[in-house]
Amino acid sequence: MIGLEVVYLLMGLMTAGIALENFRDRAAPRHLANAVFWGLYAISFLVGTHLPDLANGILVLGMVLVVSVRGLGRSSTELTTAEARVESARLLGNRLFIPALAIPLLTVLGTLTLKSATLGGRPLVDAKQVTVISLGLSTLVAFLLGLWLLRPPASAPMREARRLMDSVGWAAVLPQMLAALGAVFALSGVGQVVATLAQRWLPLGTPLSAVIAYTVGMAVFTAIMGNAFAAFPVMTAGIGLPLVVHQFGGNVVAVAAIGMLSGYCGTLMTPMAANFNIVPAALLELPSENAVIRVQIPTGVILLVANTALMYFVAFR
Amino acid sequence: MLTLIGIGVVVIGFLLRVNPLLVVAVAALATGVASGRDLIDVIAAFGHAFTESRYIAIIWLVLPVIGLLERAGLKERARSVIAAMRGATTGRLILVYLALRQLTSALGLTSLGGHAQMVRPLIAPMAEAAAEMRYGTLSPRTRWRIRAHAAAADNVGVFFGEDIFIAIGSILLIKGVLDQNGIHVEPAQLALWAIPTAVMAFVVHGTRILMLDRWLARHATETETVATDETGAR
Repeated sequence: MIGLEVVYLLMGLMTAGIALENFRDRAAPRHLANAVFWGLYAISFLVGTHLPDLANGILVLGMVLVVSVRGLGRSSTELTTAEARVESARLLGNRLFIPALAIPLLTVLGTLTLKSATLGGRPLVDAKQVTVISLGLSTLVAFLLGLWLLRPPASAPMREARRLMDSVGWAAVLPQMLAALGAVFALSGVGQVVATLAQRWLPLGTPLSAVIAYTVGMAVFTAIMGNAFAAFPVMTAGIGLPLVVHQFGGNVVAVAAIGMLSGYCGTLMTPMAANFNIVPAALLELPSENAVIRVQIPTGVILLVANTALMYFVAFR
Repeated sequence: MLTLIGIGVVVIGFLLRVNPLLVVAVAALATGVASGRDLIDVIAAFGHAFTESRYIAIIWLVLPVIGLLERAGLKERARSVIAAMRGATTGRLILVYLALRQLTSALGLTSLGGHAQMVRPLIAPMAEAAAEMRYGTLSPRTRWRIRAHAAAADNVGVFFGEDIFIAIGSILLIKGVLDQNGIHVEPAQLALWAIPTAVMAFVVHGTRILMLDRWLARHATETETVATDETGAR
């Protein structure tokens, strides 16, 4: 059965390659810091499953230490000239799009078909992880397709991967770190404390104020946690159900659905939702990590107001 | 109350612009210790959760593919495709992407898109090319704004599209939370209530995207144009 370990092995090999490229590139600034950072990350992918929790914890703190003390370097020199790329684009034409589009298309195809696929009576892939595995396998297929189509020199894939990873830098690891922070928050009961505080201190005497407390609470708590999924159980059990639904008689389906979407308005406006907001800023080489958030704030605010009004007008009919 | 110390660390850390990895690690350790755990246990719990969340980083596997394609001129090709389209403007192009992203997400096809797979290699270069076609060389500020809009459209599209699909994680989570509280609802009803917000999101964000074209008409070429070379390569 193909499980996550296969995909982690690919990630491990790639990050190890990036570490090695950095190690050998003496001309690049802080190349050793980069090598240690990506090397530790490679260890996490290759053997993290078999290490004790404490070792994994120390490994993460090691990565944090490298970033905090030295900072990561960046070898942003282009590996090819603009003229060469224009000429290559002219020769290859639209064939260049094939591997790029193959990744999303094959991922969707894999998600739809692999779940029920069997080999000799046993499931082919781990059904619980089918999207992630499809993405990993599709990327591998697209990679082979790219090698066949473009015939690059053997050193090119790793050097290009390293160039892009350098431009993303530590932001590449932030979403995973935030997920781990969310787990520690849940373990320590942060959500319950927030719900208790909200109930005690917010004025919740009318349907309108209860609706506002729920929608704005969802957005704010999502912004803090970086994830509407973490905020939803807390805010719904703390404010949505006891007040908006039970006390004031709101329609539970509308309240819950619009409540979740109010959380998404918070996601648009927070650096804590790193994979949506900070990672693209790094990927697109924007000078400010908050550049994407700044574009999204007006939409987030308008939609939060609109969701609040919508809930108020439809839930109590 | 002391368990909230992590939230304080996060807020202050981000405001002071301390490296976010450090902020998050300190917040996690402080929260765990404040809730009465041993530091060693907290480090182990943090390491466990980090290792369990490795699947989040799988998206970076696309880097070698995108790198190879960029090396072979993917962005340049995306630009020339857009240059051949009359009537293509930056705003209209991003608007079409927003619509497609929202529609495909509503059908459950959320993996047809994303910042690393679609925005960086295709959508952002195309959106920049559409502006270059009209206004010539762009100022860096203009480029950055166009790129940020391309990324934002991807987010808005997927956030306010996916909840219309009944088997998506968030709908199942809503159902699960309500079940735990003794209320049983059908996923289809929840998905139905996602439609009004989806429409509002398209109208609001779509309008803002079209306003980007007006902004470009005023600001695209102003001031620091010397900073980029003629091909737009960085």
